[in-house]
Amino acid sequence: MEIKEKVIEKILLIIAFSTILILALIAFFIFEQGSSLIWKVGLKNFILGDRWVPSKGEFGILPMIVGSFWVTFGALILGIPLGLSSAIFLCEWIPPMVAMFLRPAIHLLAAIPSVIYGFWGLITIVPIIRNYLGGPGLSILSGSIILGIMILPTIISISEDSLKALPPSYKAGALALGATHWQTIWRVLIPAARSGILASIILGMGRAIGETMAMIMILGNAVKMPSSFLDSARTLTTNIGIEMGYSTGDHRQALFATGIILFFIIMILNSLAIIISRRRTR
Amino acid sequence: MDKKYKIQNILILFLLFILINGCQKQKAGITLAGSNSITPFAELLAEEYMLINPQSRIHVQDGGSTAGIVAIRNNAAHIGMCSRPLSPTERDLHSVIIAKDAIAIIVHPKNPVEDLSISQIRLIFSGKIRNWREVGGLSNPIVVITREEGSGTRDSFQKMVMGKDEITLEALVQDASGTIRQLVADDPNAIGYISLGLVNEKVKPLKIAGVEPTFKNIENGKYTLVRPFLFVFKCEPEGEVKTFLDFVLSKRGQQLLAKEGLVPVIQE
Repeated sequence: MEIKEKVIEKILLIIAFSTILILALIAFFIFEQGSSLIWKVGLKNFILGDRWVPSKGEFGILPMIVGSFWVTFGALILGIPLGLSSAIFLCEWIPPMVAMFLRPAIHLLAAIPSVIYGFWGLITIVPIIRNYLGGPGLSILSGSIILGIMILPTIISISEDSLKALPPSYKAGALALGATHWQTIWRVLIPAARSGILASIILGMGRAIGETMAMIMILGNAVKMPSSFLDSARTLTTNIGIEMGYSTGDHRQALFATGIILFFIIMILNSLAIIISRRRTR
Repeated sequence: MDKKYKIQNILILFLLFILINGCQKQKAGITLAGSNSITPFAELLAEEYMLINPQSRIHVQDGGSTAGIVAIRNNAAHIGMCSRPLSPTERDLHSVIIAKDAIAIIVHPKNPVEDLSISQIRLIFSGKIRNWREVGGLSNPIVVITREEGSGTRDSFQKMVMGKDEITLEALVQDASGTIRQLVADDPNAIGYISLGLVNEKVKPLKIAGVEPTFKNIENGKYTLVRPFLFVFKCEPEGEVKTFLDFVLSKRGQQLLAKEGLVPVIQE
């Protein structure tokens, strides 16, 4: 019996480590495929170049980096107030009966495939923006709206968890001192849950930067530097997604190199989220 | 923590599943890979061929002309589908023209512009003409839509229309002809280019220098935006691949392609 236990333990250990191995393999291949092009073009030209014309050997991904950040920023403008207020509502005011419906609904929001979000955006939001605000409609604004909705489940559930994890004495104490319910939430609960809320926002940001399919459908994918929210843009992920099928040689390597930059951005964001949420538990 | 491990295990099972499936892939049959523009036609041909020869299996995969060439070089496919002339480095491969396809310049049906010259199209796509007013339309900014780098349709368009000029970086980029058609159908100010076979009633193909993109004008050479659809082989086709190619070039195969809006290479 004991041997069997040991064997099972070891097997599980190996399986668990294999996930890390897979991550390492992915990182290795991306770097192996992409780094030579970065050396060839020069890191500075690659990151700060503003022309992406693979057929002429020009690989500058600044417009994509800028595009990624514009879209993500726009998504946060929409997602943070909506997500945070939903989280507060969910854990402070909501009648249990309503919560029974609302919570699964929010989780369902996370389960909708991104291609559905993209399609929905394409047939509803894009025409509205084209007709009322001008431009092609395929724009950073449309993308931000869709992404803002897509990151809601992340922001809501993690913020809600961190609000719920607070010791009940915080709330009781504030109320006992004569604070109103809203004052308690705004002055006591939110500051106390700050690190969890921040972590939820950073994880939402990671999700926004990584989103590909919906953005290919909605952003229009133009490779110039965006100058307004009504401009079309291309993000780092959509650049890979849209051109990978056709690329060869340097072009393909440049897409892997785009992946390297993306890898670093996501790593930084996730480490930030981990650091911030660790601080909470201390 | 428990949940995390569960997810990991599922992932690993999934990967194993993919691995096992990947190994079984080497089934008998012919695999075609390449141009997204040719794929729908190749699928039709494959269906028809499998009706006649029920025991054979033909797999059609898209991914782009260049990917198709890569696939036959790696022996991942028997036939590469290429919707542009072969480039000099690809000349060592065998290729057969299976049909000709015209590229239509499409606009929204409500756009009053009917006719553009090649040079006007070039100026529009290079971003020098930016308003429909300049080519006889309403005073609205032009929304240029193009295919992505590496696409066979884009390569052909670049060679036949743009020459040395560059397609403007401001152009919207879409990775499928169908999406371009949809966007042009939705946006009154848009202009794009797609295979003539894919034009439907929701978009309007423009005349080019007065010549309508019709079958007749393509055959008699008046409509000039025509490109070859190629089947590319690593070596001289033989066996079942040859049988399939013969079927494609047969009267039945060619009629099928003609019905779908392509220009057959074998005249009746």
